[in-house]
Amino acid sequence: MTTDTYQAVQASNINKRSTRWAEFLIQSGLGLCALVSIITTIAIIIILGKEGFSFFQHVSPAEFFLGTRWVPLLEPQSFGVLPLVWGTLLVTFGAAVIAIPIGLASAIYLSEYASDRVRSIVKPILELLAGIPTVVYGFFALTFITPLLKGIFPDIQVFNALSGAIVVGIMVLPMIATLSDNALSAVPQTLRQGAYALGATSYEVTTQVVVPAGLSGVMASFLLAISRAIGETMAVTLAAGATPNISLTFFESIQTMTAYIVQISLGDAPAGGIAYQTLFVVAGLLFVITLILNVLSQKILMRYQEVYD
Amino acid sequence: MSTPNKPAFQLDYGDLKRRHRKAKIFANFCATITWMGVALLAVLLAQVSIDGFKWLDWQFISSFPSRFPAKAGIASALVGTLWLISLIAIISIPIGVATALYLEEFNSKNRLNRLIELNISNLAGVPSIVYGIIGLAVFVRQLGLERSLLSGALTMSLLILPIIIIASREAIKTVPMSIRHAAFALGATRWQTTWAHVLPAASPGILTGVILALSRAIGETAPLIMIGGLTYVAFFPEGPMDSFTALPIQIFNWVARPQQEFHELAAGAIIVLLAVLLLMNAAAIVIRHKAEKKFK
Repeated sequence: MTTDTYQAVQASNINKRSTRWAEFLIQSGLGLCALVSIITTIAIIIILGKEGFSFFQHVSPAEFFLGTRWVPLLEPQSFGVLPLVWGTLLVTFGAAVIAIPIGLASAIYLSEYASDRVRSIVKPILELLAGIPTVVYGFFALTFITPLLKGIFPDIQVFNALSGAIVVGIMVLPMIATLSDNALSAVPQTLRQGAYALGATSYEVTTQVVVPAGLSGVMASFLLAISRAIGETMAVTLAAGATPNISLTFFESIQTMTAYIVQISLGDAPAGGIAYQTLFVVAGLLFVITLILNVLSQKILMRYQEVYD
Repeated sequence: MSTPNKPAFQLDYGDLKRRHRKAKIFANFCATITWMGVALLAVLLAQVSIDGFKWLDWQFISSFPSRFPAKAGIASALVGTLWLISLIAIISIPIGVATALYLEEFNSKNRLNRLIELNISNLAGVPSIVYGIIGLAVFVRQLGLERSLLSGALTMSLLILPIIIIASREAIKTVPMSIRHAAFALGATRWQTTWAHVLPAASPGILTGVILALSRAIGETAPLIMIGGLTYVAFFPEGPMDSFTALPIQIFNWVARPQQEFHELAAGAIIVLLAVLLLMNAAAIVIRHKAEKKFK
């Protein structure tokens, strides 16, 4: 480019007052778009907080958090949230027991044993699994897993916590596998080579060097998966039922916090009523629990990440 | 890591054969588990196809939902999903990309920006049903948009915005600094540099992220159930203010019924939904592949 063009560009650009104004306007516009995310968060907190506040004017927090009966729609009403929390915990616990060992084993296979060719086939398949909508997993639970369980345990109910737990486990499995694989693959090759040079077998290298070195990423993936399992809605609504129930076995119908929200919204609760308010309180509880888990997982990633170069 | 006296790991110098056998068993175990996961996908797809394929015909695609399985179809759901996805794209892409540009190109690393960043990563982890509740309270009730396509699209846009922003930022980060320096050296302003150089260079990556985010939106059910509620819609929506149904809602409605025929209808609708998703994912992969070639 010649000097003439350069000067022309300069003259038409930076020195013009209109350009500076345009620049300022554009930057402000982009900044406003960025504020949308802040406004979303504020809206979530205000709305859940406001409706929650009016709910707690009718129901004491002690009854809500410690009560063991959840009967919000029928007389006599009772607003103890523990059965819903228990249902959620049961499904999440079951899902974690299934997904964590399997997900970690897959991650280890992918990062330590699989050839590049196998990796290039399996990784997209895992991503595909992760992209399947949750309502499809609900269908899978109802038409495949539940009949299968019925064959093994004849006295299991049609809607049961076990089917929900299994399907949620399958759902979060790809997430654990891919995120943990990323963490393990990021462990530098030199660490493995060092251990092999000392005479370690691949099992010893994996369990005593690679996994400990990538542990922060692996733990973070577990927490994210658990948070995802707690917030999961459609599959558990379809598979686990709608009976708020502190059940000690996995064979009975239960109700999770998310399934309760779906149930009420399908019934079109009138605005302002106590049933409508319970939606927001339960959603608020869900929001707080998942937020804590997500923040914890970020903290683990940042604080305990071992830095190599 | 640890104190120098404590070894980082401990070797069992015992029976070498036994150790190698253990390693082999472990490797095979991990491989088996992984392939079982892959087999699971095959089972899932087989289950859906066995149940659903016999219903897939033009009549199924062009009919409205019905109480009679033989007459039921997904026409209104399919059109609703197309409407929804167009509206979501129109709303969420400009806001998401603008946010990413602001954070990457105009970011002065001040407190507000760090707050926005932290906020976005947390929003990405909020369960979708919470967005549904917010949509119900804000768009449906407060703003009086009723149970319309627009309410649904706005809610879904909030849900996928964090995904679009995070993916776009990653794409913008990969644009080499030298491109910006060249533009600045010629006297371009920050926005001219961003618009004419950074954005085109980052666009394949942004597009991939946007497609993946939209495919997430297509499959999301819970927020739509909170917003829409309606499951029997025997007409095509004509504008953003009309009520609607969508493929995932229709699937949920059919799966939740006890009759076997409706489960099979659901499987048919799932095939259509998965086909749409697969097409979008394939598009994303092709775009990513082309972009990788161009930059190398």
